Amino acid sequence: MVNSDITPAPSPAADRAAIDVAHLTKVYKTTRAVDDVSFRIKRGSVTGLLGGNGAGKTTTIAMIMGLVLPTSGCIRVLGHAMPEEGPKVLGRMNFESPYVDMPMRLTVRQNLTIFGRLYAVANVGERIAQLAADLDLNDFLDRANGKLSAGQKTRVALAKALINQPELLLLDEPTASLDPDTADWVRQHLLDYRSTHDATILLASHNMLEVERLCDRVIIMKRGRVEDDDSPDQIMARYNRATLEEVFLDVARGRAPVAETS
Amino acid sequence: MSEVAVHRGSSARRIQAMVLRYWYLLMSSWPRLLELVYWPALQIITWGFLQTYLTQTSGFFARAGGSLIGAVILWDILFRGQLGLSISFLEEMWARNLGNLMMSPLRPIEFLISLMIMSLIRLAIGVIPMTLLALVFFDFNFFAIGLPLIAFFCNLIFTSWSIGIFVSGLVLRNGLGAESIVWTLMFGLMPLACVYYPVAVLPGWLQYLAWTLPPTYVFEGMRALLIDGVFRSDLMVYSLVINAVLLAASFAIFLALLRSAKRHGSLLGGGE
Repeated sequence: MVNSDITPAPSPAADRAAIDVAHLTKVYKTTRAVDDVSFRIKRGSVTGLLGGNGAGKTTTIAMIMGLVLPTSGCIRVLGHAMPEEGPKVLGRMNFESPYVDMPMRLTVRQNLTIFGRLYAVANVGERIAQLAADLDLNDFLDRANGKLSAGQKTRVALAKALINQPELLLLDEPTASLDPDTADWVRQHLLDYRSTHDATILLASHNMLEVERLCDRVIIMKRGRVEDDDSPDQIMARYNRATLEEVFLDVARGRAPVAETS
Repeated sequence: MSEVAVHRGSSARRIQAMVLRYWYLLMSSWPRLLELVYWPALQIITWGFLQTYLTQTSGFFARAGGSLIGAVILWDILFRGQLGLSISFLEEMWARNLGNLMMSPLRPIEFLISLMIMSLIRLAIGVIPMTLLALVFFDFNFFAIGLPLIAFFCNLIFTSWSIGIFVSGLVLRNGLGAESIVWTLMFGLMPLACVYYPVAVLPGWLQYLAWTLPPTYVFEGMRALLIDGVFRSDLMVYSLVINAVLLAASFAIFLALLRSAKRHGSLLGGGE
């Protein structure tokens, strides 16, 4: 928690939620990257954070992960205050982001071994073999990460994100720079992981089809604030649009929902 | 979690994982290994021949047998110790891997301990061949210093860690634009640490400053041992006390800079 004057004691609902964010604000010098954002994500759900460049999605996710400290507001992850109680919860979550890389000179197996040990995976070798089979990594398991194609790197990053079988998975643009086939394959894998592990997934994406396919709920951000928050169907109905892409354009261009204008 | 094959992680296991990461990296690149040996070897050969020349022409250096070579080796322990720690840290910046580490269960203190261990490993790879060259080419047995060598080594390595942790914190906070400080800061201490000459050579007011640096005590102690045959344990104790303060301060500064980096969002970028 940050700024105790605005952080009330957590409610039982907040503790049951996978993520509970209240009045989250991040100011960089004069820029309000995230402005009084609140939401609660229930366990086992898939939620999409939508928004244009500079909407505050990455900063919000980075604050949830503890990589960026909020200016004010509070965050609880799996019932623990972040970043203060990070050590209690970091082993139960994981993430993938285009802002970080896996070490290039190390082989895929070496990288996964290291992260397996960092996340205290009991039998790392077995877990890597399982991931290699699930994510089709066997052909390049002993190749340096720097020598992989973009699609292969994404699969390796996903393997790292799943190494500890996280309860909470944070994904920032998980299919960026992938061809449609690989992207589709990654999405299917995420859906499978969610259903087999009852995991909670929060993903930031520019890909509206991806969000429509994966997410139970969509939070649309614009200029650091939550612009809309509902299921994809409800949001499309509210804007009277057939696709989230059209909704996205409406939001980006400042067109209000039909329900509000009529 | 369902059938999660995860157990409570221990600090030792996470530190071990990080050391393994740097070991893999070192072994994956022969130029990196070669570089560890190359510069110390070049140093010892150059300074060794200089000492050989001086002993032939100067009565003092004939008596001071090995103090120059000893100073070169001890300086390299100080410099390479710091570099070993800082370069392992820089590897994470260059690889854009810090975000992965900072979001993992790895704690900052465990990260720093793994960097210290790597500094010892890299130092051993560079300095042991250096001491062997000194023995073979210049008949100087560095290890004949005996037990005092342990005191010299510990004090120098503690200073190198303090400086290494401090500069790593600066790079963490300011990005790779501050990288050059990793290579240059230690040289700024060199004139005051009195590596190759006694503290008495400095002007009076500068001597006060010199005595605030732990390595000054070590180099002065080395000269006392090699020239006068006296082990000055008092100098080693003073050095150790200042080192304890410096090391604690460097940890605190690193944590403060990490917090500042998180406040400024620097961990998401890591560039210049």
